[in-house]
Amino acid sequence: MAKKLPKVDVVIVGVGWAGGIIAAELTKQGLNCVGLERGKERKTEDYFMMHDELRYALRYDLMQNLSKETITFRGNEKLRALPMRQYGSFILGEGLGGSGVHWNGQNYRFLPYDFEIRSKTIERYGEKKIPKDMTIQDWGITYDELEPYFDKFEKMAGISGEENPLAGKRSSPYPTPPMKTTPALEKFRKAANNLKLHPYNRPSANLSEPYTNPDGVARAACQYCAYCERFGCEYGAKADPVVTVIPVAKKTGKFEIRTHSNVRRVLKSGNKATGVMYVDTTTGEEIEQPADIVVLTSYVFNNVRLLLQSGIGRPYDPVAGTGVIGKNYAYQVQKGNATGFFDKEEFNTYAGAGALGMVVDDFNGDNFDHSNLNFIHGGSIAISQTGFRPISNNKVPKGTPTWGKEFKSNSIKYANRVLSVGGQGASMPFKHHYLDLDPTYKDEFGDPLIRITYDFEEQDRQLAKYLSERCVDIMKEMGADHIDTLDELGPYDITTYQSTHNTGGIIMGADPATSAVNNYLQMWDADNVFVVGATAFAHNSGYNPTGTVGALAYRAAEGILSYKQKGGLLA
Amino acid sequence: MAENSKQQEKNESLSRRKFLKNSGIAVGGLAVGGALGSLLPFKDKTNTDNLEVKNPRVAENYTQALMYFTREQFKMVEVATERIFPADDNGPGAKDLGVAYFIDHQLSGDWGFNAREYMQPPFFKGEKVQGYQGRLRRREIFDIGLRELQNHSLTKYKKNFVDLNEDEQIDILTDFAEDKVKLTTISPSGFFNMLRSSTLEGAYSDPLYSGNRNMDGWKMRNYPGSQMAYTEVIDKEFTVIPPKSLKDHL
Repeated sequence: MAKKLPKVDVVIVGVGWAGGIIAAELTKQGLNCVGLERGKERKTEDYFMMHDELRYALRYDLMQNLSKETITFRGNEKLRALPMRQYGSFILGEGLGGSGVHWNGQNYRFLPYDFEIRSKTIERYGEKKIPKDMTIQDWGITYDELEPYFDKFEKMAGISGEENPLAGKRSSPYPTPPMKTTPALEKFRKAANNLKLHPYNRPSANLSEPYTNPDGVARAACQYCAYCERFGCEYGAKADPVVTVIPVAKKTGKFEIRTHSNVRRVLKSGNKATGVMYVDTTTGEEIEQPADIVVLTSYVFNNVRLLLQSGIGRPYDPVAGTGVIGKNYAYQVQKGNATGFFDKEEFNTYAGAGALGMVVDDFNGDNFDHSNLNFIHGGSIAISQTGFRPISNNKVPKGTPTWGKEFKSNSIKYANRVLSVGGQGASMPFKHHYLDLDPTYKDEFGDPLIRITYDFEEQDRQLAKYLSERCVDIMKEMGADHIDTLDELGPYDITTYQSTHNTGGIIMGADPATSAVNNYLQMWDADNVFVVGATAFAHNSGYNPTGTVGALAYRAAEGILSYKQKGGLLA
Repeated sequence: MAENSKQQEKNESLSRRKFLKNSGIAVGGLAVGGALGSLLPFKDKTNTDNLEVKNPRVAENYTQALMYFTREQFKMVEVATERIFPADDNGPGAKDLGVAYFIDHQLSGDWGFNAREYMQPPFFKGEKVQGYQGRLRRREIFDIGLRELQNHSLTKYKKNFVDLNEDEQIDILTDFAEDKVKLTTISPSGFFNMLRSSTLEGAYSDPLYSGNRNMDGWKMRNYPGSQMAYTEVIDKEFTVIPPKSLKDHL
């Protein structure tokens, strides 16, 4: 029999970006919140031994321990899904701050086109442009409606950036100026300008100068130490939940964080949630935490898994195309790129910052004409200077053996002479791409793992090829002596890292028949449950997702406050 | 033969100059004394084994002992990784970087036991895109892989792997890399890829882990290791910075 604790106003499941933002906004207004985090406590002082590529980038020290829980994957419904036994394609966060601790800090706003993708695609190209089985739909919110929340997230995090001429309108400029640029980035800017494109400094959460946010949180400037992605920031320069929103929530005295607390069920009575059941992983004890409002803010996979396991919401049926929980899982097309080898120049690519880069959006969203193309949407194209660490960066021109004398001499010759231009391609949902519970494999408690059924489609192959060609155009203009690029996309492969930008499964929308949450991320089928995160994305865009997750989290916080007062469905 | 060794001498002094230049030791016309120079383990191959004992400036390294491998396995790994990442004009190879110690020490811990990976049954052979689906852990794969490497050498050349000449060793490893040996329990290329990736890890990880000895792996490619800040060079042309390791941050 589980131990039952006194009821609280709000229980938050997972304390990363979404959970931290919700906690800060709700506690400021006097609500009592409990945050349940399955991982451990974290603070900036823990990060002095952080510049360790082996431990953090290759042994995944900050990531979820897969021996306890993983996901299963198959390319289509006819195959047997098998567990992701080792990390590859994406990496899962764990611990206070979640993936927000080890993100790169590349912070974008999705395009106005994204939020109304179906309407706008039909408006410009007609309904026939959308292939059968491609389940794109409008998000039930417009860019203009979401703009104030983007603004709020950016001011909280102190995003450094400059105007992007091809993006949605901004109500105010970036809170801090863009990051420094580098000779490699300038080369990209010049080439892009020559090609009549519109380059801009990538919006960065790494902080170009010291900054104090509206909550009074002061942070130092980035030192370009080159250890962002997969690492925590020892300066607190990179915006992460632990140095921004979590301390604000804690200061109110109304936020209690319980680490080592792994939530297994959302408890319900009728069509309302009554709280959650979790396990204290240090003792094994099962504990019930009753609450008026339940907010799921774990990563995409666990948000979906918790609802399916708890019997909340209508599970998606990929054959009939009905139901919503697990629907529209999407990913990204990251392999369209060009690698340039420069025989006569070396670059300080050992230095960098997670979000240091230069971007063009000329081939993103619907910023270009798709009339004669066999795909919709597109991707941002960028050069990134995140810091080339030596174990993971041994690029050699195609044709070089992968080991032995020639490999060694070429990998050393080009150690500081390689630049890459890469596309971050959008990912459209399809009827047969979805998440559900695996029938065979279990986690450490005996609960089923989440199962991913997903593969690349013709849309993705065409997009990858198109982005590759655009990347090559830029790389040629940059003057590389030798350029390698993608031949063809191939099937989706879970073994090679692409991006931790998994989305969908509990998507937002205006219609309860086709979406799981409204535009406050409130569940249509259980009005005191809010599910906050990239689960709400009806498709994935050609950008990193965090900025949009942050905006949605602020929007959801507003919704929760209003629900607490009035109750009922908010939209 | 005499011609060869002369050429070799020339190559070695050339490479040593290049390496000193890269390593930042020779910056600013500073005269490089014998003591510093002799720290380079590949300077004189015949004396390599005794160098550290003779030179009082080098603290004895007690971590160069084995946690997992047998001595025979260790020798094989030392040779195989050297073929993957050989000494050349750029600097030392896997052997002198301590790569075999690195792998040995890694196999004795979490990584060797796949401790943070999902190892629950049932086990099914999957599609390639579904990743590793075996029940064997890395240390077991190394045991089997090294035994099979030996068997294949004995079958093909009637000699132990470590006693083959370089070309023959490369040939044996190529058979594994290209799945030209038939094995029932493990994938030959899977084992080879693990050997290859752990060689690079041993060459370039922080010296804390027993490889990248003396940060020579980093020096070869002008990687500055673990620096606290690059604010001074981030917007500048290419700049060589002498490396630091995590030891400097304690």
